[in-house]
Amino acid sequence: MEAIIETRYALDTFYFLVCAVLVMWMAAGFTMLEAGLVRAKNTVEILTKNVSLYSVACLMYMIIGYNLMYPAEGINSIWPGVDWLLSAADNSAEAVIASDGDVYYSSLADFMFQVVFVATAMSIVSGAVAERMKLWSFLAFAVILTGVIYPVQGYWSWGGGFLDGLGYSDYAGSGIVHMAGAAAALAGVLLVGARQGRFGPDGRPRAIPGANLPLATLGTLVLWMGWFGFNGGSELAVSSVESANNVARVFVNTNAAAAAGLVAALLLARTIFGKADLTMALNGALAGLVSITAEPLAPAPVQAALIGAVGGGLVVGSILMFDKLKIDDPVGAISVHGTCGIWGVLIVLWTNADATWGGQLAGLAVIGGFVFAASLAVWAILRATVGLRVHPDDEAAGLDRVDCGMEAYPEFSPGRSD
Amino acid sequence: MKLVTAIIKPFKLDPVRSALAEVGVTGMTLTEVRGFGRQKGHTELYRGAEYHVDFLPKIKLEIAVDSDRIEDVVEAIQASAGSGRIGDGKIFVAELDSVIRIRTGERDQDAI
Repeated sequence: MEAIIETRYALDTFYFLVCAVLVMWMAAGFTMLEAGLVRAKNTVEILTKNVSLYSVACLMYMIIGYNLMYPAEGINSIWPGVDWLLSAADNSAEAVIASDGDVYYSSLADFMFQVVFVATAMSIVSGAVAERMKLWSFLAFAVILTGVIYPVQGYWSWGGGFLDGLGYSDYAGSGIVHMAGAAAALAGVLLVGARQGRFGPDGRPRAIPGANLPLATLGTLVLWMGWFGFNGGSELAVSSVESANNVARVFVNTNAAAAAGLVAALLLARTIFGKADLTMALNGALAGLVSITAEPLAPAPVQAALIGAVGGGLVVGSILMFDKLKIDDPVGAISVHGTCGIWGVLIVLWTNADATWGGQLAGLAVIGGFVFAASLAVWAILRATVGLRVHPDDEAAGLDRVDCGMEAYPEFSPGRSD
Repeated sequence: MKLVTAIIKPFKLDPVRSALAEVGVTGMTLTEVRGFGRQKGHTELYRGAEYHVDFLPKIKLEIAVDSDRIEDVVEAIQASAGSGRIGDGKIFVAELDSVIRIRTGERDQDAI
C-alpha cells in the first residue's frame, strides 16, 4: 500500500510538472503571436517585454506572490497576510503515507504549476499595450501585478478566500487568469491611449497590419498546445481511473472549443468582411480556449464545441466594438481574454450543476472590478511619475531603436521612415 | 533612336522579356517601382479596419531602340504585358539623342 501511495505521489507530481512546462511554453506562444501582430519596428521591444515579464513574474511570485495566494493560514477571507519568500520545504514520505492520499503531489510542483499561470495573466497585458508603452513602466507594472494584484484575487478564489465561500466556480481560470489579465490590460490601454494613426481624423479605425503572420499563426498553435497543460493540469491529478479519465475529457473539450472557436471566427469574418481574415481566425481559436477554461470537464465534447464557437463569434464582435470605442488593442487581447473570459465564467452554469448565478456573477464583479481598479491606480501612478507613453517621435521611429538599440531584421530595415 | 519606358505588372516581366527578345531587343534595364493611375490604388481590410494602398508595386523597363523598330517593340510589349484588366501599366516613348557603349566608345546605332 505504501508503495502504491508513493508511486501515485510521484506520478501526480510528474504530471503536474509536465503540465507546468506546457503552460510555460505558452509564454513562447504569446511572444510569437505578439511579435507577429506588431510592426517590424517594434519587434525587438515586444520580444524583450515578453521574456522580461515572464522572468519578473517568476521572481515576484517566488518572493511574495505564491505565499499571498496560498498562505499557510490567511488572516481573514479577504486579506491573506504578508509572508515573504517561497519555502523549499516539501512533503516528507512519512507525512504523505500518513495522509493516506490527501497529500498527493509535491508542494514545489504546485508552485511550479501556479507560477506559470501568473506569467500567462501578465502576458495578456503586453499585447494590448504594444507599440507605444515605455518598456520600464510596463515592467514596473508587471512587478505589482504578479507580486500583489493577481495573487490577492487568486487567494479569494483558489486560495480559499471569500469568493470560494460564495461558490464561485472557475476550473482553470477564465476569470481568475484571463479576465484578470484583460482587466489590467484595459486599464493600461485606457491610460496609454491609441497608437498614432490608429484612428483617422474622422474617428474611423485604420488598420495597422502586423509584420509577420506566420509567427502569429505559430504563436497561436503554441498557445493551443500549452493550453492542454493549462486546463489538463488543473485537474491536479492523473493517477486514478477517475482523474485520468477527467484529464482526457478536459483535453478533448479544450481542443474542441479551440477548433470550434476558430471555425466560427473565420466564418463570421468571411461573412462580415468578405475575406477570410487569418488574424480573426487565430483570435477565434484563443477565444474558444478562454471560453472553455472555466469549465473544461463537465461539458460533453459537443457542448464544449458550442461554447467555443460562441466565444469565436463573440471575439470578432468584441474586436469591432472596441474599435468603435477607439480602444486600441493591437492583438485583440482584451476581447479574447476579457470578453470571452466573462462568457466562459457564465457558461459554467450550463454544464456544472454546482455553479450558481450568484457565485459566478460575484466572481466576475469582484475579480474584474478589483483587478481593473487596482491596475488603473498603478498605471495612473506610473503615468504621473515616470510616464507611460514614449515620445511621439520615438513611437514613429519604432521602439526597437529607442528602447533596445537594435532591430529585428536590420538587413531588411526601411530605416527610420514609416 | 527612341527610349521606351514601360511600366508593367511585376508578374508580366517574363512574357514581356520573351516577346522583346523575339523582336530582336538585346538589352534592357529593369527597376522595381511603385505607383498608381486612375484607380488611385486600392483599399484592403485588416481585422475589420480599412487601409489604403496608394502605390502598387510595378516593374519599370527601359529599352533603347532604333526608330524604325519602335512599332514592333511597342506592339510586343502591349501584347505581352496586357491582361485586359485595370493596372496593366503604360508605355512611354521618347526621343533619344545619343547612346554610348562605355567599354568601346561606340556611339548611337552601333551602341544599342
